[in-house]
Amino acid sequence: MTLQQIKNILNDRRPESVEALAQDAAKLTRQQFGRAIGLYGPLYLSNFCSSHCTYCGFNSHHKIQRMKLAPEQYIKEMQYLHAQGIRNILMLTGESYKHTPVSYLKEAAQRASEYFQGISLEVHPMETAEYKELFAAGVDGVTVYQETYDRTRYAQVHLSGFKKDYDFRYATPFRAAEAGIRQISLGVLLGLSDVAHDVFALYQHVRELEKSFPGVEYSVSFPRLRTVKTEALAVCDVDDLRFVKIIALTRLLFPRVGINLSTRESPQLRDHLLEIGITRMSAGSNTSVGGYTLLAENKQDPQFDIKDERSVDEVVKLLKSKNFDPVFTDWRHIENSL
Amino acid sequence: MNSSPLTIAGKTFTSRFFLGTGKFKNKKDLSDSIAAGKSELVTVALRRIDLERHEENILEHIPAHVTLLTNTSGARNAQEAVRIARLAKASGCGNWVKIEVINDSKYLLPDNQETIKATEILAAEGFVVLPYMTPDLYTARALVKAGAATVMPLGSLIGSNQGLKTREFIQILINEIDLPIVVDAGIGAPSQAAEAMEMGAAAVLVNTAVATAEDPAGLARAFALAVEAGRLAYLSGLPQQHALAKASSPLTGFLYDTPAN
Repeated sequence: MTLQQIKNILNDRRPESVEALAQDAAKLTRQQFGRAIGLYGPLYLSNFCSSHCTYCGFNSHHKIQRMKLAPEQYIKEMQYLHAQGIRNILMLTGESYKHTPVSYLKEAAQRASEYFQGISLEVHPMETAEYKELFAAGVDGVTVYQETYDRTRYAQVHLSGFKKDYDFRYATPFRAAEAGIRQISLGVLLGLSDVAHDVFALYQHVRELEKSFPGVEYSVSFPRLRTVKTEALAVCDVDDLRFVKIIALTRLLFPRVGINLSTRESPQLRDHLLEIGITRMSAGSNTSVGGYTLLAENKQDPQFDIKDERSVDEVVKLLKSKNFDPVFTDWRHIENSL
Repeated sequence: MNSSPLTIAGKTFTSRFFLGTGKFKNKKDLSDSIAAGKSELVTVALRRIDLERHEENILEHIPAHVTLLTNTSGARNAQEAVRIARLAKASGCGNWVKIEVINDSKYLLPDNQETIKATEILAAEGFVVLPYMTPDLYTARALVKAGAATVMPLGSLIGSNQGLKTREFIQILINEIDLPIVVDAGIGAPSQAAEAMEMGAAAVLVNTAVATAEDPAGLARAFALAVEAGRLAYLSGLPQQHALAKASSPLTGFLYDTPAN
């Protein structure tokens, strides 16, 4: 599909056109994934960050309380998530090699494997050899968003720090796949730049990866740029209609690719999107370091404001009431070696 | 009419309709489908078994008389398949394993070479190995040699409901391989299951079609009936199909005419 075709689809605001796309996407999703929805729990390990990304609550210029969890602290958070039923964990940090080096992440992964069957990381980009170490330590998934594929805009919003390097970031999923990582998640932060261009470029990124590493399970995320502490940041508005179209189009072009939905979206919208193409969602999310067991709510500086604050139990109840099968376990941890 | 029960690794099955357990919207639909389809063998991905959460543990919803066939979904090579199979056994899931080695997340086609390797290792360890494969005669022969208990060729792409796109190649396996041939993947309608059974397949394994049907138990029953009908047709000796009409006045009939005086 060409960039122009994507533009045309996203610009077509007729109700019948979005409905037709959604119907086709829903059918294909049911055929490929049934009514199973994978659930995972995010765990913020650290918010130290050396990059200055204008849209992020963790950026190095924000005067927020910086925290890095010590093993006894993240174990407490892990135990909490495990007790909630979570079996797939996504561990996140700010982008700081210095504060969260591979040795720190490795230990966190090893400890996590005592509680979880699937372990993914959303941290700073690394070299292949480092991903190999993490894979051997039990990491199966890597999430790395390009944020925007518009180089000019990329430079405008990534002012300093490691994340400034567009090409190194673009090549990150290739390095992770090379190292053996099983699940790779890509994404764009909708609203940072021209949306059709970003979606088109994301599709190309996935296609390139599929050609080089066909065995990896890919998924994509479309977080929409949101407020952080009520500060408005989006330059390009992606309304619900366009958002629905992006989800549906992604499903139609990539029948087997997973589509993640984050707690940034409202419960109402999340519930509707489940029917259209979503295959994974976070549950019981807290986007602050130590947010589950260590910090009082008024002490938290989240990476972004969440709209869906339902507990794991509430999410499960909701899924079942809508005839979905909540899937907590989608991997059984095995020894990882190439 | 079960005049011909199926035997795999010394175990006898009266039903030749095997069921997969993925994609069901809830566990009740699954157990109802097993009951309605009278399946005696179901396959479960180890990656989906949550041993800790009793009510969510899929194994709790599979009756005791049903043979559990754990599959190695998620394995990208032989070594991973072997590790998953061993883990399944250690977790109490028994020693029947469906080898599923897939290193292509787009088409989900099994990697035959790695499947052969995994079969060899696991069969030698005493597993009952049912390998899922892309239908190919050489691979099937290698699987026999490696100690497989059946050979399970795909009818078409998994989850595609497209039926027997690989029909000619499956027929070759049925003709040439002495193990039971179980058609796995791609069967989307009872008529397609019947077709496989009429060809002489030993059994069919269905998942997506049943799991995503509006009434899964209803469709499971329809599949079971189709499988029985197909089997009976096969045993009864189906009359051969002819591409063209048979001429009622053959050109060479004169050779056998009684000469006139």
